[in-house]
Amino acid sequence: MAGSGSDIPPVPTRPEQAPAPRIGVDEWVATHEARRDLGRGLVGVVRRELERVPRPGFYLAFAVAAALLPVVTSNGYVIRVGFDTLLYMLLALGLNIVVGYAGLLDLGYVAFYGFGAYGYAMLASPKFGLHWSTLAVVPVVVVATAILGFLVALPSRRLLGDYLAIVTLFFGQLFVTVVQNGQAMSFLGFTRPYDVTGGPNGIPDIDPFNAFGGRISSLDGYYYAALAIFLAALAAVYLVDQSRTGRAWKSLREDALAAELMGMPVNRLKLVAFAFGAAIAGLTGTLFAALNTAVFAADFDVPTLIIVYAMLILGGAGSLGGVILGALIVNVSLEVLRTPGHATWVFYGLLAATLVVKVRPWRWLAAVVVGTAGLGFAAHAVAAAAWPRGVHGEPAVGGVLGSGLRHWVLLPTDPRTIGNVAFVCLVLAVLWVTTLRGWAQKLALVPTLYLAAFVWENRLIDEPSVTRLILVGVILIVLMNARPQGLVGSARVEIV
Amino acid sequence: MNWNLFLTELVAGVTHGAVYSLIALGYSMVYGILKLLNFAHGDVYMVGAFVGFGIITVFGGAEALSVNVWVLLLVMLVCAMLAGGLLGVMIERFAYRRLRAAPRIAPLITALGVSFFLENAAQLVLGAQYQSYNSYGWKGGSLWTSGFNLPSGVHVGLPQIIAVVGAIVLMILLTWFVRRTRTGKAMRATSFDREAAAMMGIDVDRVIVATFFIGSALAGAAGVFNGLVYQQVWPYMGFQAGLYAFIAAVVGGIGNLPGAVVGGLVIGLAQSFSIGYISSTFSDAIVFAVLIAVMVLRPSGLLGRAAVQKV
Repeated sequence: MAGSGSDIPPVPTRPEQAPAPRIGVDEWVATHEARRDLGRGLVGVVRRELERVPRPGFYLAFAVAAALLPVVTSNGYVIRVGFDTLLYMLLALGLNIVVGYAGLLDLGYVAFYGFGAYGYAMLASPKFGLHWSTLAVVPVVVVATAILGFLVALPSRRLLGDYLAIVTLFFGQLFVTVVQNGQAMSFLGFTRPYDVTGGPNGIPDIDPFNAFGGRISSLDGYYYAALAIFLAALAAVYLVDQSRTGRAWKSLREDALAAELMGMPVNRLKLVAFAFGAAIAGLTGTLFAALNTAVFAADFDVPTLIIVYAMLILGGAGSLGGVILGALIVNVSLEVLRTPGHATWVFYGLLAATLVVKVRPWRWLAAVVVGTAGLGFAAHAVAAAAWPRGVHGEPAVGGVLGSGLRHWVLLPTDPRTIGNVAFVCLVLAVLWVTTLRGWAQKLALVPTLYLAAFVWENRLIDEPSVTRLILVGVILIVLMNARPQGLVGSARVEIV
Repeated sequence: MNWNLFLTELVAGVTHGAVYSLIALGYSMVYGILKLLNFAHGDVYMVGAFVGFGIITVFGGAEALSVNVWVLLLVMLVCAMLAGGLLGVMIERFAYRRLRAAPRIAPLITALGVSFFLENAAQLVLGAQYQSYNSYGWKGGSLWTSGFNLPSGVHVGLPQIIAVVGAIVLMILLTWFVRRTRTGKAMRATSFDREAAAMMGIDVDRVIVATFFIGSALAGAAGVFNGLVYQQVWPYMGFQAGLYAFIAAVVGGIGNLPGAVVGGLVIGLAQSFSIGYISSTFSDAIVFAVLIAVMVLRPSGLLGRAAVQKV
C-alpha cells in the first residue's frame, strides 16, 4: 500500500467562474428547452442579454420604477393599488421563505399577518389607551410574531408535509375564530370577560405611523414606507438566500431525509424558516393596520391566504423575482376586474395571448380566430331573426370593442339563468378541449371560445367580486398542472 | 344532572357525527390511496346538498311536494351520490392526475385551488344566499312529528333517524365493497403499495377513479342527510364541514376507514357537547385545539398505527 498514494489523481479544482450546481436540480436537463429556444432570432438575442444582467440589477430597476409611481401619477387610487401590491409582495416574500425555500406548506400564514395587524392595533390605538411610538411598536410586533411562528412550528416540526399543512390550517382557523369572538374573553372562565379584539367590530381609530414627533399622514408617505420596508426585506431575504442557511433550506425542500443525513440541523432550519416568514408577515400587518386605521378578522381568512398562494405560485415559488411579478400581476388583475370596461379588455387580451402561445402553427391560429369570428356573426344573425330577445342587451365595454361585440356575441335581455347554464357548459367544454388532440382540439376550440365570450359578457362581468376569486382558483389549478415552476422559476427535474 | 340537555346534545352530536363520518370516509379513502389531502372534498359535499335541493324544487318545492316522501328521498340520494361521484372523478381526472409524480406540495395547492374554484363557481351559479330544504314543511310537518321520544322528553325526529340509519347502511355497504369485491381488494392493495399493485397487474388508474367516485358519492349523500336535518344549504357550507370531517379523518387515523367513522362521531359529539356545556362561540376553537393536541401528541390518530418511514 506504500506507493498507492502517488496513484491517486490530484483532486480537480473547480474553475472559479463555473457556477455551483444547485442541489436536487439537474441544470443541464432543466435548461435544455431554454437553451434550444435561446439564440433564435431577435427574441433570443434579447433573452441572452437579459440573462447576463445580475439579479440585483432587476431588483434595482424595480425599485426605481416603483419609486417613480407617485411622481408619475397623483391619482390616489393608483397609488393605493400600488401600496396594496407592495403589501402583497411582502406577504408573498415571507411565504416564499417557508414554502418556496424550505418547502413547508404553511396554511396558517395569514394568521401571522393578522397577528401583526392586531398587535399594532392594540399597542397604538385608543382600544387600551396605548399610543406607543411606531419605532417601539413595530419591533415589538415583529419579534412577537416571529416568536409566535416559532411556537407554532415547535410542536409541528416532527410532522411530515401534510400534517404540517393540517396543523397550520387549523392554527389559522383558530386565530380567525378567536379574534372574531374576542369581544368577551375570560381567562379559562375564571376572570370576568374582557373585550380583547373587538370581535366582529374590529379595532378602529388606529394611530398612523409616527416617529420623532412626526407622523405619516399622506398616502404617498405610506407608499414610500411600504416600498422602503419591502426593499429592506427583499435585501434581507436575498442575502439569506445566498447564504449557507438559504442553501440548507433548499436542500431541505428537495429531500429532508438526505439533508438530515448530511448533518443539517433540519428541525432548527424549519423553525427558523417559520419564524422568519412569520416576522415578515407581522411586519406587513403593521403597515396594513396603520394605513387602514381599522382591522377586522375577515381580512385574515382563507381567501387572503389563497390569493397570496396564487401570487407565489404564479411567479414561481422559490424565486424572488417571481414574488414581485406574481404579486404585481395578480393584484393588478384583481383590481382591474373591478371595473367592467377594463376587465373586458383584459379578458380578451388574455384569451388572445393564450391562443398565440398555445395554438401553433400560426395557420391553425388564423383558422381558429376566423372560425370563431364567423361562428359569432352567424349565430348573431340567426338569433336576430329567430330569437330577437337574444340580441337586445348591451356589452359592458364601449368604444370599438363594444360596437364589435354588439354584432358578434349574443346578449339576451335577461341573461342570468342562461348565463349560469352557459357557465357550467363552458367549464365542461374547457375540460373536454384539454382531452382532445390535433385538429379535433382546434375544431372544438371554436365553439368553446365563443361560449367563453358569451359567458363573460352575460354573467361573469356582472359579478366582478366572484369572478375575481374564480380566477384565483383557476390560476392555482392551471399553473400547478401546466407550469408548476411559475413564470420565472426554474424547472425542477427529479433525479432518480 | 340535566338529562334533557345531555340527551339533546347526544342526539345532535350523533347526527352531526354521522354526516362528518360520511365525509371523512372519502377523505380517508383518497388519502389512503393517493396520499393526497383532497381539500375539495368538502365542496363535493356542498354540491351534493345543492343537488338534493334542486330535486326538491323540481318536485314542487317543500310546501307542495308532488311525490311520496320516500320516493323523493330515494331520488335525492341517488342523484346527489351520482353528481358527487362524477364531480369527484372529474376533479381527479383534470386536476390531480397529472400531478401524481410531482412534489407533494403541488397537488395540495391544486386541491386548495379546486376548492376555491368550486365554492366561488357555486356562488356565481347558485347565488350566495342560504337555501332551505325546509323538511319541516314536507307533508305538513309529519316527518318531524313522527319518530320517538327519549326519556325526559327529548324528541328524535324521523329525519334524524333517516340520516343516522342511512349513514350506517352506506358504511356497511362500503365495508362490504372494500372487503368482499374484486375492486375493493384492488383498492386495499393499491393503498398498501401503489407500485407493487401496478406490477401485479392492477389497473391503478381505474382503482383511483373508483376510489374518487365512491368517496365523493358518500360526500354527496352526506350533503342530502345534512340538508334533511339541518335544512340550510349555501355555497360555502363545504369549507366548514370539510374542516370538521377532515379533523374526524385525522383523529381516527387518516387512511383508516373504521377510524374515520369513530373520528366523525367523536368530533360530532365534541362539537355539540362543547356548544351545550362550554361555549357556543368558541366550540370551533375548542375542536381545533383538540385536533392540534391530537396531531402533536399522536400524529397517527387515535386508531392509526405509527408509520415508520423507510428509506
